[in-house]
Amino acid sequence: MVERVYPDDRSGPFPCPPTTAEDQSGRQIEIRPADGIEGNILDDTVEMYTEFDPTDRAQGIPPTGEERIRNWLETIAENSVNVVTYHGENVVGHAVLVPDTDDPSAIDEPGDVEWELAIFVLQDYQRAGIGTMLLNHLLGYASDRGIEHVWLTVERWNTPAIALYERVGFEPTGTENFEQEMGIRLE
Amino acid sequence: MNVLLGLAGSDESVTALRHTIERTEQADDDLTVAVVEKSETDRTQEEMYRQAEKLLAEAGLDARIERLEGDPGSSLVDYAEQGEFDQLVIGGGTQSPMGKIQLGSVTEFVLLNAPTTVKLVR
Repeated sequence: MVERVYPDDRSGPFPCPPTTAEDQSGRQIEIRPADGIEGNILDDTVEMYTEFDPTDRAQGIPPTGEERIRNWLETIAENSVNVVTYHGENVVGHAVLVPDTDDPSAIDEPGDVEWELAIFVLQDYQRAGIGTMLLNHLLGYASDRGIEHVWLTVERWNTPAIALYERVGFEPTGTENFEQEMGIRLE
Repeated sequence: MNVLLGLAGSDESVTALRHTIERTEQADDDLTVAVVEKSETDRTQEEMYRQAEKLLAEAGLDARIERLEGDPGSSLVDYAEQGEFDQLVIGGGTQSPMGKIQLGSVTEFVLLNAPTTVKLVR
């Protein structure tokens, strides 16, 4: 059941991972999809978050400390849809969709559920277009899998992030407290 | 300390109630409980009122309990302004599927408008 207000117009098409692209600093960035998040990709992503500067946390995530980070990722992993960006051996960015349902194992059709989005890019790799790459490829991957409704919250004062979300087609859903809620409808 | 506890009908309010009862006993505070009117919560105002009454009685606390009518945030802040309270306590903060902490509109209104220190029980 869809509870939030989404744009009437559908957004897309978006590109699908995997692919490799150059960021604005000339680094080769590999964009990989990951269903759930486990094994090597989980370990590499935990490593990224342990190096993440906590001043860039949003609404309590990511947590700090390796154990809490791993717990958090394992908790949201079930039925999550992920895209990670690698620079060489290291994960430098992570975008994820988590189904908004009490029982993720009972999802028949991805299109029937609303999915919450979050993106994090390691500080040394910010302002190089990697967030946009992650966002576009995650939405492409999601659309391919039949996901239609994606929402997120962003702190109201984070205007660069809000502008990025608006560029790909997110619109405010009307719920606005300390954080702004936004939604997008995919093709 | 003279403490005002604001309750809506959410689970966060019940957590705040339990926490505040415990704290009141430890600190020997004076406690007033105000139950606001809020639609779309798990408990009605009456149910919340009864639960507060019951838990306070079980703890042996002699606290005044009030029902507030009208907009929940505004009625609570009004009530806080009319009394001599040192602290206003509310429960708030839910977690999104991603684990993001989200504060609702009543919480935001109270934090920004209350005349006293506000304690947010999570």
